[in-house]
Amino acid sequence: MRETALSESRPLQWLLIAVAVAFLALFLVLPLAAVFVEALHRGVGPLLATYTDADTLSAIWLTLIVAAITVPLNLVFGIAAAWAIAKFEFRGKSLLISLIDLPFSVSPVVSGLTFVLLFGAKGVFGPLLDDWDIKIIFAVPGIVLATVFVTFPFIARELIPLMQEQGTAEEEAALTLGASGLRTFMTVTLPNVRWALLYGVLLCNARAMGEFGAVSVVSGHIRGLTNTMPLQVEILYNEYNFVGAFAVSALLAGLALVTLAAKSLLEWRHAEGLPTARRH
Amino acid sequence: MQKASQLHDVTEMGDTTVDLGKGEPIAITAEGLAKSFPGVAAVNGIDLQVKPGELMALLGPSGSGKTTLLRLFAGLETPTAGRILFGDEDATHLPVRERRVGFMFQHYALFKHMSVAENVAYGLRVRPRRLRPSSAEIAKRAEELLELVQLPGLGRRYPAQLSGGQRQRVALARALAVEPRVLLLDEPFGALDAQVRRDLRRWLRELHDRTGHTTLFVTHDQEEALELADRVAILNRGRLEQLGHADDILDHPATPFVAGFVGDAIRLPVTVEAGWISLGRGKVPAPFQFPSGPAELFIRPSDLTLAHSTGHGTFMGKVVGTRRVGSARRAELVLEDGLPSVEVTLPLEHSVAKGEELHLNLLTMRLFQAR
Repeated sequence: MRETALSESRPLQWLLIAVAVAFLALFLVLPLAAVFVEALHRGVGPLLATYTDADTLSAIWLTLIVAAITVPLNLVFGIAAAWAIAKFEFRGKSLLISLIDLPFSVSPVVSGLTFVLLFGAKGVFGPLLDDWDIKIIFAVPGIVLATVFVTFPFIARELIPLMQEQGTAEEEAALTLGASGLRTFMTVTLPNVRWALLYGVLLCNARAMGEFGAVSVVSGHIRGLTNTMPLQVEILYNEYNFVGAFAVSALLAGLALVTLAAKSLLEWRHAEGLPTARRH
Repeated sequence: MQKASQLHDVTEMGDTTVDLGKGEPIAITAEGLAKSFPGVAAVNGIDLQVKPGELMALLGPSGSGKTTLLRLFAGLETPTAGRILFGDEDATHLPVRERRVGFMFQHYALFKHMSVAENVAYGLRVRPRRLRPSSAEIAKRAEELLELVQLPGLGRRYPAQLSGGQRQRVALARALAVEPRVLLLDEPFGALDAQVRRDLRRWLRELHDRTGHTTLFVTHDQEEALELADRVAILNRGRLEQLGHADDILDHPATPFVAGFVGDAIRLPVTVEAGWISLGRGKVPAPFQFPSGPAELFIRPSDLTLAHSTGHGTFMGKVVGTRRVGSARRAELVLEDGLPSVEVTLPLEHSVAKGEELHLNLLTMRLFQAR
């Protein structure tokens, strides 16, 4: 550690580090380890039995589908919102910025409920949807909608500060050189934010797979049909199937760890292009 | 080391001939051009013509509207009133990408994620297929342009690996690649240090003389504008104050603003009475038929000399300080208590002491009626 005017004294440094490590161990490493230990404590057999169970497989499959729909949608929405906010001046811009943060500030359960109120059997559009025989609530579309809503800010939030900092000079340069708007976007804007974009996608994906509250409200917990992995964990746990619950949890945690590793790798290799990892 | 090699680079022009394919240079014209942003009139009715092949400077303090005017010409801003002509063609509503202007941004706006060669070739790559040269031709042309701006062989580098002066030249090569009809440069030397600036200034002048583009550049540095440009347009608060050659502007400022803005002038409020100006316990004759009343006198260091006699038309100043400027000495003088001090240039061997009273002559009269 370099000695500078801002350095704390040596004992204080050690103390702070010890506190931080102890906190991490207690609140992150220990629970995570417990998940894996609990999943494995009856051996590999029951674990595999869980992973081959039809309902569990269907939950894994549904989770992957939801993420596969949600992430591209929010990729498009996020880029569009960030592009509008960072590169243009318009009335109501600060309102739009606040709205983007809304899913972060509203409890996921409330988000889920609003969809039930809108599309549920007794909801605003309920009768209309019933006439057309479209199912949203207690079906996959509702789960996707709730997940899209909850994970919307991740990509936009990641892009906005970076795009604002980069300004519009490079885009203007491309225009004066004869490039079309789309071409400018593809060859100048997008490459300039690519690492931040990937980072946002990873965060969005992690949350899309792990979302419980909003999805729980709209899903209806129909086994083999509308259960995602987090919901399956809850069901298995409530049935005292601890090995099963922890087995699915371990899988979910494993996905999170992979995402975390990918994110760390990105931060380490491309620290310059990421607003949240930037140090001046 | 870096600086030395750059110095060498820019003072010698290479012999490469590049067909810039721009055709005959054209004039660009602003007619009653105006642009207002919410609450501000950035450009407030400007009539201006840059002649074919001319190198013109837009000079003004910050906020004078010079960059906005440049951006209006480029099509990066839409005018609120007036017209823009490229040659005889009305270009007021022509989209940016169809104007064929070479625009150089203040901080160059090079594409960070592309190599130097890719930056230069960008304008050719984005052309519609039927107008696009082959990849080999594009590559060849990029290399030629890099030679023209004296950066041969640097095509594979990235902008972050270049010095400020090199980046500026890449930006210029990129702008030239699209065979522009006019060149528009926004503070081309603004981001460089003084030494590199001076060399690039000369280099740009030589490049302009060779390529012959109609060129308009923005600067806030009067020395740069007056030395480099064929004509200088002086802007203040969105209006054109004066357009002319360096000599006109320096010797015959058209407005009090120009008189005060160029040449380190000091503004003194004075009173004209029956053809005479009272100044520092003396009187100097006012220009012929100048009306009596309050007026503004602008004095530059080079306007004053020491008087040999104490007769008619001389006045007194009290030395309050001296400083060395290059190979001369400048004395700061107070003519009357309460007035801003003026400066006089003295030969180096002439030493003066603080508090000394000097007799002065005024060589050039720049007097405007007070508004």
